[in-house]
Amino acid sequence: MPKSPDIKKVLVIGSGPIIIGQAAEFDYAGTQACRSLKDDGVEVVLINSNPATIMTDKDIADKVYIEPLTTETVEKVIMAEKPDSILPTLGGQTGLNLAMELAEAGFLKEHNVKLLGTSSETIKMAEDRQSFKDAMLSIGQPCIASKVVETYADALAFAKEIGFPVIVRPAYTLGGTGGGIAENEEELAQIAPHGLRLSRVGQVLIEKCIAGWKEIEFEVIRDGAGSCITVCSMENLDPVGVHTGDSIVVAPAQTLADKEYQMLRTAALKIINKLKVEGGCNVQFALEPNSFEYAVIEVNPRVSRSSALASKATGYPIAKVAAKIALGYHLDEIKNAVTGKTFACFEPALDYIVAKIPKWPFDKFVTAERKLGTQMKATGEVMSINPTFEGALMKAVRSLELNIYSLDLPAYRDMDADALRQELKKVDDMRLFVVAQSLKKGISVDEINEITKIDKWFLGKIDNIMKLEETLRTGELTPELLEKAKIYGFYDKVIGDLVGKTDREIRALRLQWNILPAYKMVDTCAAEFEAVTPYYYSCYGSETEADPASDRKKILVLGSGPIRIGQGIEFDYCSVHAVWALSKLGYETIIVNNNPETVSTDFDISDKLYFEPLTPEDVENIVDVEQPYGAIVQFGGQTAIKLTKALNDMGVRILGTDARDVDRAEDRELFDEVLEICKIRRPQGRTIFTCEEAIAAANEIGYPVLVRPSYVLGGQGMEIAYNDTDITIYMEIINRSVQEHPILVDKYVLGKEVEVDAVCDGTDILIPGIMEHLERAGIHSGDSISVYPAQTLTQEEKDTIIRFTKSLATELNVVGLINIQFIVASDGVYVIEVNPRSSRTVPYISKVTNVPIVALAIRCMLGERLKDLGYGVGLHPEADYVAVKMPVFSFEKLHDVDTALGPEMKSTGEVLGIAPTFHEALYKSFIASGFVIPERGNMLITVRDTDKEEVCRLAKDFDDYGFGIYATGGTCEYLRKNGIHARRVNKIAEGAPDILDFISAGGVDLVVNTPTRGRQHNRDGFKIRRTSVERSVPCMTSLDTARALLTAIKQKDEGELGIVDISTI
Amino acid sequence: MKAYLILADGSVYTGDSLGANRDAVMEVVFNTSMTGYTEVLTDPSYYGQGVIMTYPIEGNYGVNYQDMESRRIWVSSFIVREYTALASNFRNEATLDEFLRRYDVPAISGVDTRAITKKIREQGTMGGYLTTNPDYNKEEIVDMLRGYTIKDAVKAVTRGGKTRLKNEGGYKVALLDVGAKDNIADSLHRRGLDVTIYPALTSAEEILADKPDGIMISNGPGDPTDCVEVIANIKKLYDSDVPIFGICLGHQLMALATGASTEKLKYGHRGANHPVKDLALGRVYITSQNHGYVVSKINGDVAEISHVNVNDGTVEGLRYKGKNIFTVQFHPEACPGPQDTEYLFDEFIEMMGGKKNA
Repeated sequence: MPKSPDIKKVLVIGSGPIIIGQAAEFDYAGTQACRSLKDDGVEVVLINSNPATIMTDKDIADKVYIEPLTTETVEKVIMAEKPDSILPTLGGQTGLNLAMELAEAGFLKEHNVKLLGTSSETIKMAEDRQSFKDAMLSIGQPCIASKVVETYADALAFAKEIGFPVIVRPAYTLGGTGGGIAENEEELAQIAPHGLRLSRVGQVLIEKCIAGWKEIEFEVIRDGAGSCITVCSMENLDPVGVHTGDSIVVAPAQTLADKEYQMLRTAALKIINKLKVEGGCNVQFALEPNSFEYAVIEVNPRVSRSSALASKATGYPIAKVAAKIALGYHLDEIKNAVTGKTFACFEPALDYIVAKIPKWPFDKFVTAERKLGTQMKATGEVMSINPTFEGALMKAVRSLELNIYSLDLPAYRDMDADALRQELKKVDDMRLFVVAQSLKKGISVDEINEITKIDKWFLGKIDNIMKLEETLRTGELTPELLEKAKIYGFYDKVIGDLVGKTDREIRALRLQWNILPAYKMVDTCAAEFEAVTPYYYSCYGSETEADPASDRKKILVLGSGPIRIGQGIEFDYCSVHAVWALSKLGYETIIVNNNPETVSTDFDISDKLYFEPLTPEDVENIVDVEQPYGAIVQFGGQTAIKLTKALNDMGVRILGTDARDVDRAEDRELFDEVLEICKIRRPQGRTIFTCEEAIAAANEIGYPVLVRPSYVLGGQGMEIAYNDTDITIYMEIINRSVQEHPILVDKYVLGKEVEVDAVCDGTDILIPGIMEHLERAGIHSGDSISVYPAQTLTQEEKDTIIRFTKSLATELNVVGLINIQFIVASDGVYVIEVNPRSSRTVPYISKVTNVPIVALAIRCMLGERLKDLGYGVGLHPEADYVAVKMPVFSFEKLHDVDTALGPEMKSTGEVLGIAPTFHEALYKSFIASGFVIPERGNMLITVRDTDKEEVCRLAKDFDDYGFGIYATGGTCEYLRKNGIHARRVNKIAEGAPDILDFISAGGVDLVVNTPTRGRQHNRDGFKIRRTSVERSVPCMTSLDTARALLTAIKQKDEGELGIVDISTI
Repeated sequence: MKAYLILADGSVYTGDSLGANRDAVMEVVFNTSMTGYTEVLTDPSYYGQGVIMTYPIEGNYGVNYQDMESRRIWVSSFIVREYTALASNFRNEATLDEFLRRYDVPAISGVDTRAITKKIREQGTMGGYLTTNPDYNKEEIVDMLRGYTIKDAVKAVTRGGKTRLKNEGGYKVALLDVGAKDNIADSLHRRGLDVTIYPALTSAEEILADKPDGIMISNGPGDPTDCVEVIANIKKLYDSDVPIFGICLGHQLMALATGASTEKLKYGHRGANHPVKDLALGRVYITSQNHGYVVSKINGDVAEISHVNVNDGTVEGLRYKGKNIFTVQFHPEACPGPQDTEYLFDEFIEMMGGKKNA
């Protein structure tokens, strides 16, 4: 059946900001789906609050609404655009929930909007715990003993009935938010009430714990005719108990014989047929390791994180096919774009192994609880491909950019077997390395399997790696041994360290012995058919399939690796736009990246895709084969920038700003010289290496100071220090990871923080817009509310900023992009940071100013002049709209992380509010960020002494507006003295009921708490902030944010919000 | 120990010896299944062939003898990228290496199976020779391979005598074993049928004398046109009024018996991911396949096409006009591979008059 002729205009709902459990995979899915719909001549209307996404580009959809993802807004968009259909299954849980609410309320029917693909009955059947269980029972599919409860008492009663441990799973939440395993009554009392609160429908599932079973997933697709296939099977290395998003996952399943495999595959098909899903679906099974007993864990009747992984693992474009099915096509009518010959109704055959490892934020949140369970904690993931499991694992490990290249971690090297046995009991992000070290220390595979329940096959494979390390360490390095090490994915430097040679020596030996990587294609069919899309991975001991012949100049675009705090989807946006711009100019584009969730790793974005780790060696191997004309590093965040030196050494032309100039911007001393020449001030600072030097520098400059490592992203390890003790603590934390570069100590200057992105051609600059941060300096730019155009700057200040930007760009010989952060203080403008590369604000500024920043930068890099490109030079005229970028956090998923904002970035994503006025835009951005804006209610204030004076004005305004003001001792007294009617709450030390009880009991609607000091968790402030997060009470840690919130609250009374189609800007 | 795989085009792949240490001559084919090596090795249809597994690791879950599809291993040789002795499965009884040795089958690991697969895709199925002798005479071997064909395959694999899988009171089904996988008989038996298995060269008269309610013609190896005697018998079965269901070689033989022809595919269909459209239902099913020949030139008066391969449009199933006969090219009995088309066994029962003993 071809496309249904009634479908002419489709509304696609995106997934909103990047949060833990819902990341870039939905930009990938949404973008692919939108392109697929447009291919079929369908007009696409898109709504998504996330401005960093590629899907919110006007090239991807016809109408683009970067608006809050609420039912009200979606209703408005539907009324304005009158789409005939809505596609709900590509925007993650957020998109699905919204569509469901509109369907249930009858709105869709009323406005003649058809739900495409999977029906609302199906979604309900899959999402509602009880109806799902009933459906499974009706087709003989076993579920785990479980019961849906709505109260804690019922939860406890059922847990006692089936026996502890039990798993708590809230209904309708993503990434398992609010869930967990309760070993006993005490733990249940902690987890269950929290889960009940977070569930959209106030339900949690209490379920028999089957921790230790194998976890197997299938990605399934079904069309309207009922034909269905499984795209991919996946096996979690971590048994049931760890969220699949936090598990190391391999594809295809490795430890199942055909009998078990087909049993589960058939079950998956039965399930999708019962649910009548039309599109993609993910089915998770638990398989008892010593029998054929299995149970269905979960079904997602939509495209998910696993579908992104399955798509990249197989080359089968699940989202695209799902979109076509939604339009009415059948699987045997959809071409397989990889082979160009076969059709979408076949099952991909892999002739390699794929390994995925999650990227956790624990390197940034050093205090966070690292225990892994049913609640996902990873922000992103890396994937690698190799014919051997060992090779896939080793490549994935080094793709994580943790400065870890082997499984033998120094941290565990000194542990003896007994200590390791204890470590093995911990289920956390380090388990892989503990397992490896345990094997190295002679603990048997059987014993490790007994403790961890990790299948012996995986353990045996990890043991192979450790044994080979030992052979390298003790044996003679022969060509055979070196080749084996490369087949196992060993990095040259690791081999060198083991045999006492440098990485260059190992490389020289490899060249001498002709041990070269082969590049094989991911072709969906294990070479059965010829493939037309060059999607490569490396391996050794094989014949290469890479074909470097080309009649065009080739340009290497280095991607940004896994999504992490500080380096998110924005850089993928930039990489993809760089590729598109280069293609338009007639170049052949080659992308290197390892993130399976992103658009950049889709097989039809670049001319060639190398799915490889972004390390100097892996990139050099590609350079050896492809001999590119040049490389672009400006768009892949720090990941790509870090490769600049290596690329230079390989003799690869770096397009755009010269590496020496990049160094002049990043090296403090050199940068001071640049500033000297430009006659620009920056806060006084010093470059130091040791703690003693840091203390000396701080005392010389005067407290407060900012302490941070150079060459980092997102202000990793950055803190404001007020005294010597602070410095000692921070230095200890910074030095936990190996520092190759010096540490910076800068004077902390108070003022407005302002940011610009500019394009420079070597002579002229173009500033698309000046952004102003709502919070004063001291909060990381990624965590600040950013406003475009700047609202409070004088013309003189703007002129200064333009002048400084021009002189810095010129002095640094910037060709391409530059990002500069300023502080506008009472005594003038300071520069605090210059990044000669793309920044996280580029996507949103591109969209609201309609200046194609990345494309212009690319053209400058290739020699064109801004004057000839049609967008003018200097400051671009300000837009008619105000855009407010609001950070979004994932604190509720990360226990023990301090929510106080500071110089270290903590947000995982962002949303945009766009409107004709600042106030409306601000209000929208608060709503879009998921903030429950309290209309009236109680406000709790606890602030540090230095903020007391200022908080009075704030408290008064909230008081005037009708909030009840509560405060602890000192603050309360101070407020009363200043005429504010404040009520007193006990501090923690003052006994129950104290401030935490007050928050827990639901007495507070808003908390304002400014942190006194960094990372000390025993302090009251930390507990107040965490309790607020866990009780879902908004907690502001900056007075500026609180002030902005009041502005937004008042705006709420100003009547209806409008919507803006950014494609008309 | 090193092993050498010499192909008819003169190329040589060096790897490690696995399984039995003896030379083997074979027709080299590839299979894209990601699981099921035990079933592949013991599928009689692979008689005379050396099978390359495109999946790069074999041996992961060991071998359990229950999963064998016949009484022994039939492949001439097994060609894998990585053999792993890490056999992790609760039913594991032997490693893949032990299994190959037990049935005296030589194999090779450590070769670039993808490169060989691509070669076969481009040049077609070709002869191959496996040896552990480093002083092999390449010219002689290549010469010999050029003339290599698989002969008398059905006679080699069919069983010696009649066997019965009892189900008292159930429909009586005669299964003509031209190289049957065990799960064909098991699938019938599981459904309550009383199955009698006949050797390939049993006469039609003998089979019909037992008054079966239905006849099943199994899968099997080799060039279907070689089976002159069997084809003549099948023509007689066709002329009887007994419902018939044919699978794979059985499908080809019935076609040949009724005037259609067969031709050899360039490199065959072997794997667990082949899409087949059931034209009556309008649905596509993923099937298990293992065949080098296909049915062509069908006489529209005799039979109509019921199933087609979505990848290349080849015939995957026929329904015979005015007869209770249907045949399929793929393997509804799976093992290894998808069980999606098991419903055909139920259709066969319907054809005999619906469920008995139900």
